[in-house]
Amino acid sequence: MTYSPHTDADRSRMLDAIGVGSVDDLFVDIPASVQAGEWQIPPPLAEQEVRAELARLAGRNRIPEVSFLGAGVYRHLVPSVVAEVIGRPEFATSYTPYQPEVSQGTLQSIYEFQSLICELTGMEVATASHYDGATATAEAALMACRLTRRHRIAVSAGVSPDTRRVLETYCSGPRIELVTVPIDLAEGGSGTTDPADAGAALGDDVACLVAAQPNFYGQLEPMQELADAAHAAGAQLVAVVEPTSLALLEPPGAYGADLVAAEGQPLGIPASFGGPYVGLMAARMASVRQMPGRLVGATRDAAGRKGYVLTLQAREQHIRREKAASNICTNQALMALAATVYLAAVGPQGLREVAELSTIQARHLAAALEAANVAERRFAGPYFAEVTMRLPDAARRHAALAERGIVAGYLAERNDPALRDTLLLSATELTTDADIERLVSALEASA
Amino acid sequence: MSVTESLPPDTSGRGAAFSGAEGGDELVIVEPLIFERSRPGRRAVRFPLASAESRERAAGQPELPASVLRSEAPRLPEVSELELLRHFNRLAHLNQAIDLNFYPLGSCTMKYNPKVNEWAARLPGLADSHPFDPEGLAQGSLELMWLLAEQLKAISGFDAVSLQPAAGAHGELTGMLMTRAFHSANGEGEQRTKVLVPDSAHGTNPATATMVGYQTVTIRSNERGGIDLEALRAALGPDVAALMITNPSTLGIFEDQIGDVVAAVKGAGAIAYMDGANLNAILGRFRPGEAGFDIMHFNLHKTFSTPHGGGGPGAGPVGVSARLEPYLPTPMPVLAAGDPAEVLANARAGRSTQGARFALDDERPDSIGKVRSCYGNFGMFVRAYTYIRSNGGAGLRTISDDAVLAANYLRVKLRDRYDVPYDRLSKHEVVFSGRRQKRSHGVTTLDIAKAILDHGIHPPTIYFPLIVEEALMVEPTETESLETLDHFIGVMREIAELAETDPAAVKRAPISTPVGRLDEAAAARRPDLRYVFPAGADDGPSTA
Amino acid sequence: MSYPDDLAYSREHEWVRVEGSRATIGITSFAADELGDIVFVELPEVGATLTQFGTFGVVESVKAVSDLYAPVSGAIVEVNDALREAPELLNSDPFGEGWIARLELSESSELDALLDAEAYAAETA
Repeated sequence: MTYSPHTDADRSRMLDAIGVGSVDDLFVDIPASVQAGEWQIPPPLAEQEVRAELARLAGRNRIPEVSFLGAGVYRHLVPSVVAEVIGRPEFATSYTPYQPEVSQGTLQSIYEFQSLICELTGMEVATASHYDGATATAEAALMACRLTRRHRIAVSAGVSPDTRRVLETYCSGPRIELVTVPIDLAEGGSGTTDPADAGAALGDDVACLVAAQPNFYGQLEPMQELADAAHAAGAQLVAVVEPTSLALLEPPGAYGADLVAAEGQPLGIPASFGGPYVGLMAARMASVRQMPGRLVGATRDAAGRKGYVLTLQAREQHIRREKAASNICTNQALMALAATVYLAAVGPQGLREVAELSTIQARHLAAALEAANVAERRFAGPYFAEVTMRLPDAARRHAALAERGIVAGYLAERNDPALRDTLLLSATELTTDADIERLVSALEASA
Repeated sequence: MSVTESLPPDTSGRGAAFSGAEGGDELVIVEPLIFERSRPGRRAVRFPLASAESRERAAGQPELPASVLRSEAPRLPEVSELELLRHFNRLAHLNQAIDLNFYPLGSCTMKYNPKVNEWAARLPGLADSHPFDPEGLAQGSLELMWLLAEQLKAISGFDAVSLQPAAGAHGELTGMLMTRAFHSANGEGEQRTKVLVPDSAHGTNPATATMVGYQTVTIRSNERGGIDLEALRAALGPDVAALMITNPSTLGIFEDQIGDVVAAVKGAGAIAYMDGANLNAILGRFRPGEAGFDIMHFNLHKTFSTPHGGGGPGAGPVGVSARLEPYLPTPMPVLAAGDPAEVLANARAGRSTQGARFALDDERPDSIGKVRSCYGNFGMFVRAYTYIRSNGGAGLRTISDDAVLAANYLRVKLRDRYDVPYDRLSKHEVVFSGRRQKRSHGVTTLDIAKAILDHGIHPPTIYFPLIVEEALMVEPTETESLETLDHFIGVMREIAELAETDPAAVKRAPISTPVGRLDEAAAARRPDLRYVFPAGADDGPSTA
Repeated sequence: MSYPDDLAYSREHEWVRVEGSRATIGITSFAADELGDIVFVELPEVGATLTQFGTFGVVESVKAVSDLYAPVSGAIVEVNDALREAPELLNSDPFGEGWIARLELSESSELDALLDAEAYAAETA
């Protein structure tokens, strides 16, 4: 099944106009020495056949009946209206809005997105999106290096492992050194970053401290003190935040973050085996010229009508080329639109409900497991909607439950061998009381 | 940032995307910002409340301390679901899109985005698959990634493929990081500091080189529009890490000396990188891996029909030769148990393979690491795989045949009215120059583009590549009918005529779009990048 | 096209007006026209030392970016703060209100390397 509309008659007409006999004549510019050999690609399929193939693959996945898996990707409700809007062909099949006169739909929705992210984070300017939270964090750290003209960054071990690995990879390019600030992983410890440790890692050659709120283990960090430690050393604070938590938690702008990065997947985007997601980045207006990525601004046309355009484009690769702050071109526009629709669909009250339910159910879950003597919290101190628990023989029991369609969170030893028998359990507004009961009994039975 | 005056609030309840009488009256767009539609107490989606039991149980756990709590709720819009939908539907009405009209943006490959791809991506078995689920629960996702990589290898002739990069530029970054790793492993990391790019290169190429700490050296193009082989040879040396070259070039022309180019680059110990943005021209005709390239990035949102989404998401997988395979990002989907040939043969027939097991290999000691979280834009892999299976091998070849046919047709039908600086066989796109119109009547390529807007067509790419004065890059793709192509030819000829008889009319364009030419200088001088709530609206929304 | 004849010009399209031991520098109308609507100027700092033909700042328009190259060497004593709020002065009055910086000339013989108005006009024809 192909999508070309051309009949042989159409092709003949075009060939005649060009003045060649066959389509092969249009490829004589490819020297014989580099012409392609035979390839092994299956033959075409009709629509029903290709559907069957994709259904086969989808069927080979087992979507759990009950899941407490988070670890950076969270199962939230995707309101029906989100899919409806991003499925609209005018949004899905349009290109980057380089011709603003016919792209006001895209441009205005990006301006709304930028505004929402600023409001949520308490910052002054937000970009039109990045590939994901990890690359947004990396870009923010590199931006801090440019702003401070320093060549080292300090990263809390509370930042997710995936993000830290991406930071390392991005820093390897410009040879920026990465220093890890440990968190208190001891049993009964805080599970958070000690501002004194942060202070020790900061020096006059460190551009920024990167810390996450909540952190990978669900624990709440002392962000104000970490900001103070960074600023005392002349460094920036890059706060990596979870967007739904910002309905309840203090926004980074209020505790002095200089840069904010986040994974926007919780805002109306399905898990989709790792992508597409959307990276959020926000900053203060004073640094706007060092920001990577697209920005949409408001302006007017000659008749005085309000309109929106891509602006400050001189920062970007298509103008600044080798002097650009970043090479980013295509970003995650349609996912940013999904997040925009989500935030408007849930509104302040709905986002608060999502956050409250998530944190209540996480605490309910921890309490139920403790009450049944099945598991204990590893860390003391408050957590948001994900909790780190000790469970004897966790790996075997996790696998046994998975066989039965229950995913008992994330095995922390996947990233840190020192964290054997430790699970990260996530709860959201979709976690029901029955789900919690089911997990508790299944874990009891698996002992 | 500054506060701009808002349009008067729409109290009519209409707020239609277009209002005002037809036929000559100025169109008035009244679609406020979503914030301006907000009214305290309205809401769309609701959630259940936590049960009393939950609250009781939760109470025994550590509370969120007051010091971390927000003092005021974020001022998110408060709208009903219907108002929300109407708002975005009206915004949609302000956009052009492939699904509405011809969109011949050169270098972007704006082909039809098949809807069966969307059906596939939305299958719950795929859309709800969590990336960190135990591998046993994700065999479908892993098999799909493995199969897609196999197809991309077959298409390109490379030995290995990583699907991790999220966009073409991200693929370039991946490729250049691997280049660095390769040279370091060979003890030449410190000495090889330069990346060569042709003067016709896309801006992402030099920007990527800089992100990896390389210095960019530009190589001129020759009078035929290809890279100047002598200049290239002169620039190659022990300090060169790589050549990044687009083939066909950004002029839409096949580099007929490509064999010599690759040989010269590799002979000098450098890496031959191909920017695969223009793959739509050469499917089945040229395989970069086979031709000796070391690395190439694919753009799934160009060649492989995944929708552009107003600026993404895309996907930029990279293909590499065997010597670069160890440096690919980690983890890689692998066939941990089973015979690859059997799995491929079964998939070809729409069957699963008993005993085959897929896994993620994260034991890659020489990998450059991770360029993003998880494994890549999986939703785009589903679409691209669906597309490749729909077209099949024969269909993919037909894509390039028809894309190249259409571009050459446009070239011969318009070259009498618009200069074609390199008037030779085109591949899938053709670059015109508006210099004739500018010199004789002061009508620029920008003016021509705006005039095209008035015909309901999206303009071609303008002012790229940089080596062509007043460049106008047209890429029709293979999915446009002859009637559409002929209509476009008619429109272009009419504008060329108008540029001579009434240049002022062209310079006034567009006049029929929702807004006219916008003041971009003002937007950049006094940036207004977010909605500013009116003073006194700081008491947060109702949270009743 | 003719340019003010009391100024000296560099090939990088900067101009110099010498007043005793001081020099005022800026960009020419040719440069401003090439750039289009200028939206931002990255000004040097007072006290910074410039070297002839070295870069000392950046000028941005909607569609382009250009480095600024010092036409003469010297220490900066004043910068034109008006350009922060009104970069468009570089378009409207590049030789007057759009001046960029004033410096204390360190080596007046450097002026020999520059062009006069007629030679610059010939270069840009």
